[in-house]
Amino acid sequence: MLAAVARRRLGPGGVMGQQLMQALRSTAARSYSAAAKEMTVREALNSALDEEMSADPSVFLMGEEVGEYQGAYKISKGLLDKYGPDRVLDTPITEAGFTGIGVGAAYQGLRPVVEFMTFNFSMQAIDHIINSAAKSNYMSAGQINVPIVFRGPNGAAAGVGAQHSQCYAAWYAHVPGLKVLSPYSAEDARGLLKAAIRDPDPVVFLENELLYGESFPVSAEVLDSSFCLPIGKAKIEREGKDVTITAFSKMVGYALQAAEILSKEGISAEVINLRSIRPLDRAAINASVRKTNRLVTLEEGFPQHGVGAEICMSVVEDSFEYLDAPVERIAGADVPMPYAANLERMAVPQVEDIVRAAKRACYRAVPMAATA
Amino acid sequence: MASFTAAAKFLAPVAAARSGGDSRAPPPPFPSASLRPRRKPAPSRLRTVLAVSSDVLSGNKSAPAAAAHSAVTREEALELYEDMVLGRIFEDMCAQMYYRGKMFGFVHLYNGQEAVSTGFIKQLNQADCVVSTYRDHVHALSKGVPARSVMAELFGKATGCCRGQGGSMHMFSAPHNLLGGFAFIGEGIPVATGAAFAAKYRHEVLKESGPDGLDVTLAFFGDGTCNNGQFFECLNMAQLWKLPIVFVVENNLWAIGMSHLRATSDPEIYKKGPAFGMPGVHVDGMDVLKVREVAKEAIERARRGEGPTLVECETYRFRGHSLADPDELRKPDEKSHYAARDPITALKKYIIEQNLATESELKSIEKKIDDVVEEAVEFADASPLPPRSQLLENVFSDPKGFGIGPDGKYRCEDPLFTQGTAQV
Repeated sequence: MLAAVARRRLGPGGVMGQQLMQALRSTAARSYSAAAKEMTVREALNSALDEEMSADPSVFLMGEEVGEYQGAYKISKGLLDKYGPDRVLDTPITEAGFTGIGVGAAYQGLRPVVEFMTFNFSMQAIDHIINSAAKSNYMSAGQINVPIVFRGPNGAAAGVGAQHSQCYAAWYAHVPGLKVLSPYSAEDARGLLKAAIRDPDPVVFLENELLYGESFPVSAEVLDSSFCLPIGKAKIEREGKDVTITAFSKMVGYALQAAEILSKEGISAEVINLRSIRPLDRAAINASVRKTNRLVTLEEGFPQHGVGAEICMSVVEDSFEYLDAPVERIAGADVPMPYAANLERMAVPQVEDIVRAAKRACYRAVPMAATA
Repeated sequence: MASFTAAAKFLAPVAAARSGGDSRAPPPPFPSASLRPRRKPAPSRLRTVLAVSSDVLSGNKSAPAAAAHSAVTREEALELYEDMVLGRIFEDMCAQMYYRGKMFGFVHLYNGQEAVSTGFIKQLNQADCVVSTYRDHVHALSKGVPARSVMAELFGKATGCCRGQGGSMHMFSAPHNLLGGFAFIGEGIPVATGAAFAAKYRHEVLKESGPDGLDVTLAFFGDGTCNNGQFFECLNMAQLWKLPIVFVVENNLWAIGMSHLRATSDPEIYKKGPAFGMPGVHVDGMDVLKVREVAKEAIERARRGEGPTLVECETYRFRGHSLADPDELRKPDEKSHYAARDPITALKKYIIEQNLATESELKSIEKKIDDVVEEAVEFADASPLPPRSQLLENVFSDPKGFGIGPDGKYRCEDPLFTQGTAQV
């Protein structure tokens, strides 16, 4: 299937791309799990932005500190030097204004990438994300599409307090007209950001600050400049047969650690990296639950009306007879994020919480008191 | 500074403008200038607005008004007249249709403000953009959207300009570069600034130049919007990046029942332009020829790349805020004062006195427009409602929402895509 999909030659990646193409053709039949090199999520995002800006001159980046400061989290390092101030715009601190400017530019056919220093600040611009970006293709009956990407770190960092730590996945995934993506690994970051930039619709791209520095192995295919992942498809990070754990972003790493611990206790957990919160890969989730019969949903955000609630309902609607235990939902604590380090640790799901929930899902017959 | 030299042109009698810095110049003859509290605190009751009469109506030929606008040709005068009459008759028909139950929801009519829409939009090319608020029917008509498309949209029919999906407050037309139609106050201003940004980007980065210069964007909004944060954010960025945009304030003195004077610390909106380094111009928005003059200059400025202008048009809406507004708070003498300054009557008088056309020619234009609007209603009436299948269409521009593959095609069109989950 991979060999069947034609690949585009793009920009300066082209020369390296050609060598890779030849390497790929000769190894087409082999699996790509053998890593060619390691890449941090930061490098993945930077290279994706670089390649897309190079391939399409209508792509431009705007946000606070993206230019001369090289990006608040250094994601846009080197881009100002390479593309100039016309395409890498340092904006004043005016989220509502510059987000609206991005939307207006997208109405006229440019492809802006709007960076929010964190998604908490997107609340100052949320009117534009929802009312002038998400709804416009529908309100104009298809006349005006909005090929814009809103990206930035989402969710809790470390000790940054209540106003800098909220997860917005559920908020944005609630709205028809938006696509909401959340990468975990470097491969996800590269593939999904490239897909987002090429997409003709508004995409909310939720990164995670704590993942920026983490390294992941990447295959040669991922490094190719035409690599891009599909929107709306999840990835089975780890196959299993006893319980399904769905997660996105940083929580995927925690789920994988929990799966390791669970496997030593004889529980084989299947970890699904959602990648796309909207559209949600209901097919993958349901297929997995029909196989394992137990589900644990995992997210960092607040529990009420969260992503886990939606996944649970999707499974109840489509695969109710297959469930052998009630769906377990793990989310952040239902409080604004506290500052004290020990309280913060309690307010965000930890690996032990995931292990406990998975065990509960597997041994539901045991009374609750005994598992406390 | 280029912006201040250009501003000097606006100091001509047609408008009262301030270019930055000269605080010792006498205040311009702005209507509410006399109401600005100097030493005494302002009375707490609602102030009446003392307005300056239109020079055209008063026939004061020796006044700067006569020299205030360049000569209008007959064709242009008739074009302006026809456009304003179209706006007026269309909006009156909307009111009728609303009370007959054919139109529903929120409908905001433009009666009385036609001079602003006509005066500005008739100076634009097709490639120039207009961004408006919820009071957008007449902006759509002036920009060239056919009356039947607008009427069908208002009736919620499938033949409307947005196939019935937008409605009164969300008029979009890509071929006419009408970028909406926004319900939120101030929402259109950043979008318009973005469209201007795109025009400049296309010229400078993509090297696609139009024959006349930069494509200009007009942002229309009201007096209440000028207290909104996004307005100031965009004045800043538009001037910072010298974007080809004209910010047109339709100051009709009232939000819904909130008087501009009760809501604003400094009600002279045009002064906010120079605070950001751009020219701020005040113009009599009930006089289409004066508006046209100011519009020409502001649009040319933007086209040449000299940056934005803030134009405050003193205007008035003859009807309530919306068709649901009983309009009880505005005083009758204020309403009659502005009714006497009806822009259509004023232009008609001017045309006849300058012998640009006869009374009967103008009447025949009105008759023609009557027919156009009647036909629009018949067309809208006869049009079908949107089909059921339309409900779920156009949520995404990409048909199923799965994005574009590396081959540049929609992924959902790849037959292999829907088999299983992606394993990379």
